[in-house]
Amino acid sequence: MARPIDFSPPFGAIDAVGAPTDGPDERIDVGVLIVGAGPGGLACAIRLGQLLEEHPEVRERLGDVPIAVLEKGKQAGSHLLSGAIVNPSPLRELFKGRLRTADLPTYGEVPGEAVYVLTRRSALRIPAPPTMRNHGNVILSVSELGRFLAEQAEAVGAVVLPETAATKLLVQHGRVVGARTGDRGRGRAGEPLPTFEAGNDVVADLTVLAEGTQGYLTAAAIDQFGLHGENPQIWALGVKEVWRVRKPLGRIVHTMGWPLRTSAGFGEFGGSFIYPMGDELVTVGFVAGLEATDVEFSVHDVLQEFKTHRLVWKILGGGERVAWGAKTITEGGYHSFPRKFNAPGLMLVGEGAGLVNVPRLKGVHYAIESGRLAAEAAFRALQRGEVVSRIGALDTYDESLRASPMWKQLYEVRNMRQAFDKGFFMGGALASAMTVTKGRAPNGRFPTHPNAAAPLRKSGRASRYPAPDGSYIFDKLSSVFASGNRTRDDQPSHLKVRTTVRRPVAEAWQWMCPAHVYEVGRDVGDGMVTVEITPSNCVQCGAITAKGGRLTPPEGGSGPEYTLT
Amino acid sequence: MKIAVCVKQVPDATVHKRIDPATKRLDRSGEAALNPTDLNAVEEALRIKEAQGGEVVLVSLGPEKALDSLRKALAMGADRAVLVSDEAAAGSDLLGTAQALAGALERESADLVLFGQSSGDSDGAVLWAAVADRLRRPVISQVASLTAEADSVTGKRQTEHGYDVIRAPLPAIVAVSDAINEPRYPSLKGIMGAKSKAQETLALADVGVDTSAAGEAGSRTTVLELAPPPSRGDQVKIEDDGSAAQKVLDIVVERKLL
Amino acid sequence: MKSLVYLEHYHGELEKGGLGVLGKAASLGDAAGVVLGEGAAEVAAAAGAFGAAKVYACDAPELATPLPQARVDALATLVEQSSPDAVLFGASVLSADVASGLAARLGAGLNWDLTDLAERDGELVGTRPALGDTVIVEVGWTAGPRLGLIRSGALDPVESGGTAEVETFETSFSDFSTLATLVEQTQEESSGPSIEDADIIVAGGRGLGSPEGFTMLEELAAALGGAVGATRAVVDAGWYPYSTQVGQTGKTVSPKLYIACGISGAIQHKVGMQGSGTIVAINKDPNAPIFDFCDVGVVGDLHQVVPKLTELVRARA
Repeated sequence: MARPIDFSPPFGAIDAVGAPTDGPDERIDVGVLIVGAGPGGLACAIRLGQLLEEHPEVRERLGDVPIAVLEKGKQAGSHLLSGAIVNPSPLRELFKGRLRTADLPTYGEVPGEAVYVLTRRSALRIPAPPTMRNHGNVILSVSELGRFLAEQAEAVGAVVLPETAATKLLVQHGRVVGARTGDRGRGRAGEPLPTFEAGNDVVADLTVLAEGTQGYLTAAAIDQFGLHGENPQIWALGVKEVWRVRKPLGRIVHTMGWPLRTSAGFGEFGGSFIYPMGDELVTVGFVAGLEATDVEFSVHDVLQEFKTHRLVWKILGGGERVAWGAKTITEGGYHSFPRKFNAPGLMLVGEGAGLVNVPRLKGVHYAIESGRLAAEAAFRALQRGEVVSRIGALDTYDESLRASPMWKQLYEVRNMRQAFDKGFFMGGALASAMTVTKGRAPNGRFPTHPNAAAPLRKSGRASRYPAPDGSYIFDKLSSVFASGNRTRDDQPSHLKVRTTVRRPVAEAWQWMCPAHVYEVGRDVGDGMVTVEITPSNCVQCGAITAKGGRLTPPEGGSGPEYTLT
Repeated sequence: MKIAVCVKQVPDATVHKRIDPATKRLDRSGEAALNPTDLNAVEEALRIKEAQGGEVVLVSLGPEKALDSLRKALAMGADRAVLVSDEAAAGSDLLGTAQALAGALERESADLVLFGQSSGDSDGAVLWAAVADRLRRPVISQVASLTAEADSVTGKRQTEHGYDVIRAPLPAIVAVSDAINEPRYPSLKGIMGAKSKAQETLALADVGVDTSAAGEAGSRTTVLELAPPPSRGDQVKIEDDGSAAQKVLDIVVERKLL
Repeated sequence: MKSLVYLEHYHGELEKGGLGVLGKAASLGDAAGVVLGEGAAEVAAAAGAFGAAKVYACDAPELATPLPQARVDALATLVEQSSPDAVLFGASVLSADVASGLAARLGAGLNWDLTDLAERDGELVGTRPALGDTVIVEVGWTAGPRLGLIRSGALDPVESGGTAEVETFETSFSDFSTLATLVEQTQEESSGPSIEDADIIVAGGRGLGSPEGFTMLEELAAALGGAVGATRAVVDAGWYPYSTQVGQTGKTVSPKLYIACGISGAIQHKVGMQGSGTIVAINKDPNAPIFDFCDVGVVGDLHQVVPKLTELVRARA
């Protein structure tokens, strides 16, 4: 049986680590370098900026550029995508005394909620499981939040640098000393074009990695410093659309069941979300684990199939799609956490470090909380006059994480996701037991299995997908267009995959990828085929990394330009 | 040499470019970028400055947030930015825009004024000739290659029939086409240094423009109505049985396309 | 409505663009032409056949070089003398600058990129496309004289027969109008138009099957006097150069005729050519999206249809 994991990419995480090479003229010195302008990285930048404003003597020690944030997207928010229902407490905490809740870019508190179990023709409403109760939480677009937080970060003195990819973790004498930015202006074969601009070594006293799902330097750092967690990390893929609708949706909706198949052998775990964004917009998304075994399993197409249900038609019918996007979600939970969240000169924040609560579908507020805690730990070390790259100097960060409510919540649900390896019903029963006992039973550590190790089979999944009509059901290419993606074609491919693989693996990639990057090429005998790749379609969701390849950052500014996701 | 580059913020080329049905003007609320050909003009100015020394000043007319787009051109290496920003200027027609820019340019007394030749939002087209008339200086447009000397510029101007090589004494106005160069990526140091470069905001009064002559109120042209494009008409569907080529030719000839 | 139509000439012949505008102006009222530059009076009379009752001409030496500013002086004088309601131009590299400079000189309103003119309730209105030809805007003027720049090729000349009275006129020139000088002029006999300028484009996609398919397209393009374009997929595969890529991340083109061969019509390609006048698609897959928006859809084998079409075009010439 073919498995993607048997075709590991021609690339190792260690390829992304090295010593600084720039001379003093090219090199850029900053105080604290944050990689990723998402909610985690920006919360860290904002909190640190606030503390440095209050303590100019500490700020002085960080040089001309005390805080720099690197963002590979066109602007902050371009690569951010989520539901999202967010617990507003960490945001309020972050802006305590400075902004009111009304100043935050949200669509208001959750107006009401409903959870359904679907079959093809029916929708059975069930009481919201305790993990899915959202009273007091707010609806927002994480892309809009990113833009807002970037402005706030700049207002407290951080420098946000968009269109700048971080492609190498700089490590010297066993310490992290910054990151190297990617080159721009290379042609398809890697040759420098007339506009070639080499990357720079950005050297910092402290580096915070807040790269989100599939963090590139995060994976390298975990390898480099031996920080692997107990369980291998696993991911789900979420694909969503934003619609302008004819009538307001007055509540949030979550569904389970159809169109996913419940038997364990299919490995189809996930569900949908439908959230109002004010009165005029609705976002609908589908999330499914990447261990799905059918080669034709495609979350984008499952989303389109899902939209044909009467429940969804009643909400979206007559409306107009205004945005589309896709991104993976880190699902391993507590047992997949890195052994430590810091190393000499380094801190790991947010989803990149695995801080996502899958049963609660929450991660944005954990990112903000961990970013804040990281900033405070860094500040304490700086204030003490510590050399922050000394071993243990940042251990207070780990301590504060363990003492936080988020840690306890993640511990409680530590085995819940893995329970669904046993299928929808068995998993549901186990999950209920875990909920009722607040995670005390069943005890022990349920294992995870790398997504790419799932064997592939054909069970006719694609026959159920509806045909695109361009107005309600959409194909992948027009969806890539709707993500705002207009990546420069004439650059090297940023996707490290084997280009000759067993046919089922190529087919799985072709279906899995929401942006139609991979296509089955020609037969080369022995059951092997070539893989045709169109890297400029890539919306950098990260699915390929979970399924036997590796996404690396392309030229800064490439990829989607999300604004509403 | 002091070079002024007139740049314009346009809505970024994402999916959602639309005309606001209420105001009948281009909806500019989406995130904005510089008109792509303006980057060619900035690049050309930077090359001249690198060869001869001098200063590159960005001049623009737009809302306050246009400063964000100007920062990107500053990151490429321009020295200063001047933004004429005035509520009364919203909806200015060609003339209103030309007057405001000419006023700002007179303040700067640049040796050379550069424009980018096309405009993504179709508002800036042919602005340079109007500005040149107001400044009473020579203008060369559609320039695909430019040489600058201490007191004159020579441009290779693309026309329908070939190339004209035109020389003009400075001060002069030149509009460059996107064939002239490949704009550089801003360096990281450039991006970081952009914020500390001088950015000046002026009102219409500062550039000698009477508000009654500017904006929607002073506009000499008006938008009456919006409509979807006429449908393409009936589609001709042909299944090839050997005669498709002839049928296609007949249609093409009938529509006078040959 | 009394209009003045700027007419350009090249090598002794009046250019089509201005003549097309002249015909439209004549249908809306009294149309007079104006011809400037060396040999103006000689070519001017021919405008009578295209709708002009009268043609003004000036051949002052300052107008000899193909530059805009002296022309603005001449037109400004003429406008003052003859007080037209509208001054109209067929767009060209030169005339666009003249129209804009004249608008500044007269303090007049200029609407450009117009594809049509009409009269409504006694007022002149213009039509222009916007946002990549996805929306049509109707525009007007709030005061005279009304300056209009009509998109190249939008209006065809109508030969109505008739003669025009040629009246020469004189004008003074501003001090700055002659500062720019012509150093050299080059005619280009290129190997065919670039895709940005071409009136006809023959484009190929993956349906060609192999890079050799482009030879067939080059032959058709040559027979038609057009240029060859390519989709992102084939450029990615190295079959044709990036400079010919049409689409969202390539060039946007709007030729009068776009022949899409073996192109599926994904939106990334569509947005680069949807403004084309007539779209002909040749594809063997009847479900290809391109059949949703083309004007002529041929379901068939392009390896049969394209060479046959080339043969027929050549036979016609």
